[in-house]
Amino acid sequence: MLDKVKPHFQEGGRLHAFHSVYDGFETFLFTPRSTSTSGAHIHDSMDSKRTMIIVVMALVPCLLFGMYNAGYQHWVAIGAAEKPFVSLMLYGFLAVLPKLVVSYVVGLGIEFAVAQWRREEIQEGFLVTGILIPLICPIDTPLWMIAVATAFSVIFVKEVFGGTGYNIFNVALVTRAFLFFAYPGQMSGDKVFVDTDAIAGLGEGTVVDTFTGATPLGQVALQAGEQSVTITSTVGSDPVTTSDMFFGLIPGSFGETSTLCILIGAAILLFAGIASWRIIVSVFAGGAVMSLIANACSTPLYPASMLSVADQLCLGGFAFAAVFMATDPVTACRTNVGKYIYGFLIGAIAIIIRVYNNGYPEGAMLAVLLMNAFAPLIDWCVVQSNVRRRERRMKIKITDNE
Amino acid sequence: MSRKLKIRKGLDIRMAGGVDDLAAVDAPQSASYAIIPDDFIGFVAKPAVKEGDKVSAGAPLLYDKRDEAMKLVSPVAGTVEAIVRGERRKILRVVVTPDGGDDRLTHAVSVKDEAEARNLLKNSGLWAMMRQRPYDIVPNPDAVPRDIFVTAIDSAPLAVSPAAYYNDTETLEAAVALLSKMTRGKIYIGRRADGLVADISGAEMVDVEGPHPSGNAGVLIANISPVNKGETVWTLDLATLWRIGRLMLTGSVDFTDYVALTGSEVKTPKVMRTVIGAAIASLTDGQLVPATHHQRIISGNVLTGVTVGTDGYLRYPYRQITVIPEGDDVDEFMGWASLSPRKMSQSRTFPGKFLGRVFRPDARLLGGRRALIMSGEYDRYMPMDIMAEYLLKAIIGRDIEKMEKLGIYEVAPEDFALGEYADTSKTEAQKIVREGLDYLRKELE
Repeated sequence: MLDKVKPHFQEGGRLHAFHSVYDGFETFLFTPRSTSTSGAHIHDSMDSKRTMIIVVMALVPCLLFGMYNAGYQHWVAIGAAEKPFVSLMLYGFLAVLPKLVVSYVVGLGIEFAVAQWRREEIQEGFLVTGILIPLICPIDTPLWMIAVATAFSVIFVKEVFGGTGYNIFNVALVTRAFLFFAYPGQMSGDKVFVDTDAIAGLGEGTVVDTFTGATPLGQVALQAGEQSVTITSTVGSDPVTTSDMFFGLIPGSFGETSTLCILIGAAILLFAGIASWRIIVSVFAGGAVMSLIANACSTPLYPASMLSVADQLCLGGFAFAAVFMATDPVTACRTNVGKYIYGFLIGAIAIIIRVYNNGYPEGAMLAVLLMNAFAPLIDWCVVQSNVRRRERRMKIKITDNE
Repeated sequence: MSRKLKIRKGLDIRMAGGVDDLAAVDAPQSASYAIIPDDFIGFVAKPAVKEGDKVSAGAPLLYDKRDEAMKLVSPVAGTVEAIVRGERRKILRVVVTPDGGDDRLTHAVSVKDEAEARNLLKNSGLWAMMRQRPYDIVPNPDAVPRDIFVTAIDSAPLAVSPAAYYNDTETLEAAVALLSKMTRGKIYIGRRADGLVADISGAEMVDVEGPHPSGNAGVLIANISPVNKGETVWTLDLATLWRIGRLMLTGSVDFTDYVALTGSEVKTPKVMRTVIGAAIASLTDGQLVPATHHQRIISGNVLTGVTVGTDGYLRYPYRQITVIPEGDDVDEFMGWASLSPRKMSQSRTFPGKFLGRVFRPDARLLGGRRALIMSGEYDRYMPMDIMAEYLLKAIIGRDIEKMEKLGIYEVAPEDFALGEYADTSKTEAQKIVREGLDYLRKELE
């Protein structure tokens, strides 16, 4: 079938304007027949398509849990005693579906257009970005904002640098940062993390009076001056335990709340050898060390410093950033030594921002973006040590010969 | 005296079509033999003969424009059938038809000093069988090596150890005696600790252990004494060392060549005794699996070899022929999602990685070319102190200072071959390195 329509897309064909799109579909459906013309005659079966798809698969547990949690938080908000699983999932599904569609349509649309314009093959980088964007946004983010932010970051963060593999900053995170800084009113505070409206007749009910909608970190940030921090559920005084934070039945960005699901994703990525264990381990190490320090000198002035290490690592976007954001190979450090430094600093800086800036309760996103900017510098230093080793070797040789 | 070298990084690719029986069988006489100047990078070829000339085995066919003593010689006695030229009259190959005679050129081998030793190697054609670093080229006529590195190992996929054939101690010692006249440094011989190559007096033996590329000269150099800017080392394989020894003992070059015929498209993989430059057809006729699909015949191994047709000739370094399916006629539906155990990969997402079976890879790239996305893929397969990705980028950017700082003088394209195999972005790393080395040589010489 594909072979039959192929001539239309080739040079001179009626649909030549869409040949990148055609190539995209053809290489998606059939492994290209192109064979090696130089160098190695055989190649590993792994390619960037499979790499990206595996990352998407690793995100599926977070996506599924996010659906359930979106429903759960809504049912909590309306004070329902029963929480039917199917309705919860369906509610979450209906809540996230439009966001997924918008993110993919806008992002892929731009990618297709640019590929066509540059006469290049369509690249698969956005497959991952497109699912990451809804996962790191609050559930109530308006669709048009997602569209604007996605378009902004795909064009200005990725395509102007040359496309997949050349970007300096993580595209999904810039989308999130753009939303945060461009629409601070809509994107933070207590209103956006729980969807309080019914969707397609699901979850009808009035929000209970005690409902606040604040995320745990949001609550903590408001408790300056208190001698201890208390985190409660959105509708009252039930305390949120560390295990709640670990399993994720707390308000927060769509896919970020469940540390358990994130760890399942991490296991998939590490087994597949796609994410760097060096980065993941050192982000958690950096976060743990910084949390201990903050805890040791805890002060009521900065209430988040009173949180335990486990709470710090489970709350907010920390774990998600460690596993899915910091490990983006394009924007992370590329040298092995660099990866340890890069990861550790992300962990530490995320906690510093979270603890010592009451105005902004979550620091993981900014920490990753900051270190994205510094990754080339860290790599430069590591490469420089290799260069110096080589120079020293030569100097020793010269003095020996004299 | 020997030292040990254990290599950890690397990979032995499990491929079908390896040789079980190391006993060599005689290949039929080839209808013609060819010397191909492209195999001898750095050699500036000028014809020393005309079409129709009679030549004896070891007689010069081509000489180097920079130093007329440097020759490429005929492997057999016969008639020069053709000097095939390409664009801008570049010599593509010199073809010799054998006359069946045993007429061979003899050299005076009683060398007194370094100059005579160098001249003997240049005139016999064996100089061109060696390589120098930097640049991975035929040693420049005036090159003085700091050290000489001999590889008695071929760790490449499906390769057969040269130590099984070229291991006569007396011959090798004669060669080492000659080479030692040309360097004030050492002669290192990298071998497996399997006892096939005995200790050679005058050389330092290195027992190398580990997966491919442990047999590469670059790995030996990098782990013993890396090349610094301004230094030159020579590299040669055991067969060339043996030929030098035969020259010293008999006065003429021995062109006997043991070629491993390997790969999944070969009926019975075996080692064949032939002569350098033999026609591919003389080695593969009747040996390949009958097939309706396309086959790729590679002179060399699957990582660094050259594609040749059935009308091609055995190419330098004359050690191996590998035949694999071409793969350009395969329709594979959604190959990137495949869980087939037949797919060969280093990724744990393919079940084949865990099954102890051998694979039958074809020549497809199995993916689109991309910018370098995954990091560290080259480092994993390069047991050398080289930042491979950064060096590749410096080469692509044609930044000479950076290339030097990152150690381009230490590498050859073959050192990147395994990384190129594993690279998910399908970068043409060996081509990039070759172009970088050529560019540097042009700019600096």
